[in-house]
Amino acid sequence: MTTETAYRIHGATGEWEVVIGLEVHAQVTSASKLFSGASTKFGAEPNAQVSLIDAAMPGMLPVPNRECIRQAVRTGMAIDAQINAWSRFDRKNYFYADLPQGYQISQLYHPLVGEGAIDIVLDEKDPEGSTKRIGVERIHVEQDAGKLMHDQHPTMSYVDLNRCGVALMEIVSRPDMRSPAEAGAYVRKLRTILRYVGSCDGNMEEGSMRADVNVSVRKPGGELGTRTETKNVNSVRFVMATIEHEANRQVDVIEGGGRIVQETRLFDPDTGTTRSMRSKEDAHDYRYFPDPDLLPLVLDDAFLAECRASLPELPDAKLRRYETELGLSPYNAAVLTAEAETARWFEVLLAETAKRTGKPEADVAKQAGNWLMSELFGALNRLGKTLETSPVSPVQAAELLGLVGDGTISGSIAKQVFEKMLETGDAAGVIVEREGLKQTSDTGAIETAVDAVLAANADKVEQYRGGKEALFGFFVGQTMKAMQGKGNPQLVNQVVKAKLG
Amino acid sequence: MTDLTELGVAAIRDGVAAGSFTAVEVATAFNANVAAAQAALNAFIVATPDKALDAAAKTDKARAANKPLGKLGGVPIGMKDLFATAGTQTTAASHILEGFIPPYESTVSQKLWDAGAGMLGKLNLDQFAMGSSNETSYFGNVVSPWRRNDGGNASLAPGGSSGGSSSAVSARLCPAATGTDTGGSIRQPAAFTGISGIKPTYGRCSRWGIVAFASSLDQAGPMARDVRDCAIMLEAMAGFDAKDSTSLDMAVPAWEAGLSPDMRGKKVGIPREYRMDGMDADVAKSWDDGIAWLKDAGAEVVDINLPHTRYALPAYYIIAPAEASSNLARYDGVRYGLRDLPEGAGLQDMYAATRAAGFGAEVKRRILIGTYVLSAGFYDAYYTQAQKVRALIARDFEQAFQQCDVILAPTAPSAAFALGDKTADPLSMYLNDVFAVPASLAGLPAMSVPAGLNREGLPLGLQIIGRPFDEQGVLNAGLAIESRAGFTAKPERWW
Amino acid sequence: MSVDTATVAKIAALARIKLSEGEVAAMVPELNSILDWVEQLAEVDVTGIEPMTAVIPNTLRLRDDKVNADPLTGGNLRDKVLANAPANEHGFFGVPKVIE
Ligand SMILES: [Mg+2]
Ligand SMILES: [Zn+2]
Repeated sequence: MTTETAYRIHGATGEWEVVIGLEVHAQVTSASKLFSGASTKFGAEPNAQVSLIDAAMPGMLPVPNRECIRQAVRTGMAIDAQINAWSRFDRKNYFYADLPQGYQISQLYHPLVGEGAIDIVLDEKDPEGSTKRIGVERIHVEQDAGKLMHDQHPTMSYVDLNRCGVALMEIVSRPDMRSPAEAGAYVRKLRTILRYVGSCDGNMEEGSMRADVNVSVRKPGGELGTRTETKNVNSVRFVMATIEHEANRQVDVIEGGGRIVQETRLFDPDTGTTRSMRSKEDAHDYRYFPDPDLLPLVLDDAFLAECRASLPELPDAKLRRYETELGLSPYNAAVLTAEAETARWFEVLLAETAKRTGKPEADVAKQAGNWLMSELFGALNRLGKTLETSPVSPVQAAELLGLVGDGTISGSIAKQVFEKMLETGDAAGVIVEREGLKQTSDTGAIETAVDAVLAANADKVEQYRGGKEALFGFFVGQTMKAMQGKGNPQLVNQVVKAKLG
Repeated sequence: MTDLTELGVAAIRDGVAAGSFTAVEVATAFNANVAAAQAALNAFIVATPDKALDAAAKTDKARAANKPLGKLGGVPIGMKDLFATAGTQTTAASHILEGFIPPYESTVSQKLWDAGAGMLGKLNLDQFAMGSSNETSYFGNVVSPWRRNDGGNASLAPGGSSGGSSSAVSARLCPAATGTDTGGSIRQPAAFTGISGIKPTYGRCSRWGIVAFASSLDQAGPMARDVRDCAIMLEAMAGFDAKDSTSLDMAVPAWEAGLSPDMRGKKVGIPREYRMDGMDADVAKSWDDGIAWLKDAGAEVVDINLPHTRYALPAYYIIAPAEASSNLARYDGVRYGLRDLPEGAGLQDMYAATRAAGFGAEVKRRILIGTYVLSAGFYDAYYTQAQKVRALIARDFEQAFQQCDVILAPTAPSAAFALGDKTADPLSMYLNDVFAVPASLAGLPAMSVPAGLNREGLPLGLQIIGRPFDEQGVLNAGLAIESRAGFTAKPERWW
Repeated sequence: MSVDTATVAKIAALARIKLSEGEVAAMVPELNSILDWVEQLAEVDVTGIEPMTAVIPNTLRLRDDKVNADPLTGGNLRDKVLANAPANEHGFFGVPKVIE
């Protein structure tokens, strides 16, 4: 449980506790829509990816996509949730121009996935610090709506149904979060899990993940207050900002003698504030009932077994393994497992490096992890690239680490080689060969170089012998510099020590 | 030469195949009848004589080239205007869909065209199939070709919702037509007009492309002059469709080949609860006739109980409107059909204006009932309770079918009534489907065959209800009745 | 459970059907007579009975995740989708401007 000081709003009448629940809508990774064969690809011409079913033409009927069900089940399994082998689709009835059927096919009464949980780390810099379990009430599968554009015509809104009918998982948390930071950690952790599972790309910019943020305030430990729901918040930062603003607003309202109305609100990223949504103002009565076009969804054991068997190693398990089997620090293990793509990259790098050096993975893990986190991430940052667009592949990087490992080049030369790899795309070995960067283990050459350095710094030699032993590194550094970094560092060390001794 | 429009499906199919006449001759004759009757009967919303001729010409050409003809080669039919027909206006008899030209063809109509049938036109119906007298169509009432034998000329209801279909088949405007049955909409109009019609097991015919009324009840089926013609049509219409999640993944039996009026070894159940107080004497008599005929055909007759029968109609009038209220939400003036945009109206005002202008009174009434029973606080009391009662009704049938193979009952509580007689009181209209609705709620195959005329000279129908998937048993019992009833009456041509 | 004018007006608004005051008033007794009649269902003992889910025993079929496998259920038919629209421009459906 949390050991840090609890998050509180300091009101005029005292402290307030914030209670947060999130409904995350995650687009299921699938080629075609939930109930039609139209493509889900992002960025098509308006209404190009609309089937007669998505446009709700008279007499059209839904037929569910197996892959969407499969991905939702796998997601449920990844958070240790109850999987309901018998579920049903219901209709949620309301009128809006982005909803051609006049109802959304969703699941209310019998969702596909029941109770599960997600563990979050409260301080990411301190993965061994306190963690908290956030309950997930359910995951259900439903249709996305279309899009309305309001600024293209003076008197009309334009309707694009391309997104209409794309499969979403709605992942509903328990109201277990108590601070913006917890909510942020929850969304990040959920996104990590979805990406590991491969059930959602987690791309918040393209709208494939967005959160409805339910916020209420109460006196610490008191009765639950009335909540508001801020819709479609599309980044972790905005989720946190929404909570902060909404909690403070609610405290102001209550302390000002008002009361909170249960309503739907909208977050405005420009002002960082929320406002009541006029178009959703009228109290909704969704008249849910089982969709009579669809029969009960019954999943057999073979289907469920395949879902389970196809799950990858999940982030928490991977993190534990990196710590125990690879001997990585908790922090490094956390960073390397935080994104599925990072872990994937790291594991290829690790396997290749082990192969090249003939050492067990555990022996090269620290080196590979450090290199990835400092050298590679640093370079990608500078270049404005990501692992997905990295100019260097993990196999190429393993060659570089192998050259360091077998003493062909030194660590500092490796940095130069890596820069050249980024520039030219050439292999490490090719660059080392071409530029003559091989490390020198020729004792004679090293002795000559050390002699020259000691001669040129007679005063410092004096000081060293007088007890200023910190100067040892200086002599080594000067020697390496004189040898353009190509001296074998271990030999240089030995020679310097011998000559001074 | 015989009047080709006096021929049924089998006779036309066989005659065209044998070269006794051409398909084009058949289509031409029916086209003429359609045109001649339109003003008086209003059975069609649009006639498509060219489509009928085109299909006929294709059949004649195939025959000339010695190519195999489809199961319905040369047979022109009427298509209920609830089936989407590509390139031809499809309205569900509603103003809200007036002018809607589907860019797609319903599965069932496509199957019929693939079998060689041609389309004479789109048949009138109760608006969105909601009605039992064909008086709710935006395109006007359909008039039954039948008249009472009292010398008067009162316009009679052809039944509903497939009233255009029943009127057209009985008036020889087409040898067969498609119908849809949600709570009796094939059987009751068939009974009113002295023709046959079968609603197959729920899921036999694809619902894809049929304008939805109540999804868990809607089933397409044929209406024709006799049982054999129904079997031929149904064979062409039925079959698994991957586009309909409720479609039955089963092979279509050879129903026509399996026809037999021999009922020996079969048990026919007579449900006590259908013999209601104050039952019309002629209806009661026709039921007794039916029992006698089936006994004569070798069947054993047993009394059965369907204890929840009286709750079927109220359950239906919760479930069907609830589903309809949601199914009809798509008619909003955005993507097709009518749009009523009053000066300065916003989106939601446009919806309300469009739907007010586009839907007829009965459709609005049912949408409102459906909306009410699903609304917050009422859902369990109405909808959930109705679905539980529905489960009990289905269980009644299941238990009954342990004692019998088919069930015999009247199709409707009376013969056709006059147009206008029941429009003032929606409830009295709803009661017309009291015998038809239970089989719909249980998804069972059921058919109506003509049993005779009442004292006013109007047809009465008998209903046979079968086990799930046992259309053959239903058709055979129907054939047994047909072959003994000797029903040859037809409406006098007064139009 | 009977409805009054306010309830009918509320349901009509929920169903997006504009009704005049006169129409609402006329609808009240009609709906009440139907509702009174369906309420006899309450007398049925349904203890232990599950509401019907599938009228014919059958479970939901799932389809393969293929784009445009069947032209009747796939996309890429913008012109057909827009062909019947009361208002369409630049490939969009047009509706009266919505303020969110
Ligand atoms: Mg929500
Ligand atoms: Zn949702």
